[in-house]
Amino acid sequence: MKAKFLVPLLLFFALVGFLAVGLKLDPHEVPSPLINKPSPAFKVPQLAQPEAMFSPEDVKGKVWILNVWASWCVACREEHPMLVELGRSQVAPLIGLDYKDKRQDALGLLQRQGNPYVLSAVDVDGRVGIDYGVYGVPETYVIDKQGIIRYKQIGPITRETLEKTIYPLVEKLKKS
Amino acid sequence: MRILTLLLSLWIAGSACAKDATPLAEDPVVEQRLIAISEEMRCLVCQNESLAGSRADLALDLRRELRELIRQGKSDDEIKTFMVSRYGDFVLYRPPVKPITWVLWLGPFVLMLAGLVALLLHLRKRGREPGQTALSAEENQRVDALLRENPND
Repeated sequence: MKAKFLVPLLLFFALVGFLAVGLKLDPHEVPSPLINKPSPAFKVPQLAQPEAMFSPEDVKGKVWILNVWASWCVACREEHPMLVELGRSQVAPLIGLDYKDKRQDALGLLQRQGNPYVLSAVDVDGRVGIDYGVYGVPETYVIDKQGIIRYKQIGPITRETLEKTIYPLVEKLKKS
Repeated sequence: MRILTLLLSLWIAGSACAKDATPLAEDPVVEQRLIAISEEMRCLVCQNESLAGSRADLALDLRRELRELIRQGKSDDEIKTFMVSRYGDFVLYRPPVKPITWVLWLGPFVLMLAGLVALLLHLRKRGREPGQTALSAEENQRVDALLRENPND
C-alpha cells in the first residue's frame, strides 16, 4: 500500500525505456521480406560489355554478393573503399548492379575510384531493383549456393559490417 | 536584405523539389485505381508520404509498375502481394492482423479496457468508504451555540 506512490514513477521509467529503445531504431531500415527467399531472376546487359548479359544463373552454385550502386549515389562513394577491400579479398564474387545510372558516368566512376566488381549488371529503369526491394542505394545482398538471399545490408557497408557480418556469413555459407 | 536571403533560400528549397508535371495518363480508369491502391501504400523513401503522393524517383517507378499490373488486369490483392513480397508489410498503411501485429491492433483496446476496470474498481471502493454522516443532535446544539456567540460573522 505504501509503495503506491511509486506507480507513476515506474510507469515513467517504462515510458523512458520504450523511448530510449525507439531512439536507437532506424525507421529507414525496413526488414526485407526477401531474406531466406530465392533471389529474383533477371537477365540484363553488363556495364563494361553491353552485348554480354548477366543473370544470377551464371553464378549459381557459388556464394556471391550483389551490391546495388550508382554513380549519382553519394553514400556509395563512402562505402567504395570497403567494396574494394571486399573485392580484393576474393572471398566471394562481388557483382555490382548499376542502378538507374548513365553508362558513361558509371564507367567513369569505376575508372577514377577503382573497380571492385567482377562485373556490373545494368539496371537501366530500376526494374531489377524493384524485384529486389531496393529503396535506398547502396544495398548489398549475400546470396548462397542455392541462390537464396541470406543477408541484406541497407546503406553503406562499414568495416564493422564487413568484418562482423559479411565475412563470417560468407565463410559459413561456403561450408554448407 | 535578410528577407531577401530568406525568400531566396525558400525559392531554392522549393525549386529543388519541383519537377515537371507528368503528363496525364491516357486511361483515367487505370489512374483512378492506381490512386486508390497507392494511397494505401507507403513510399519507402519518404516514409510519411503515400505512394500516391510521393515525388521520389522510386515512387514514380513503382507507380509505373503498378499501372502495368492494373493494365494486365491484376486484382487489388495480387497487387498488394506484389508490393508486400518486395518491401514487406511496412508498405501497407493498414498492416494485416497476424500474431506479430496483435499488439498493434489490440493494444489500444486492451489499454482502454484496463483503464475502465481501474476506474470501476476505484469507484466501487469509494462507494464502500463511509461517507459524511449527519450531525448528531449534540453536535447541532454546539453549532447553534457557536453561531450565536459570533452573530456578525
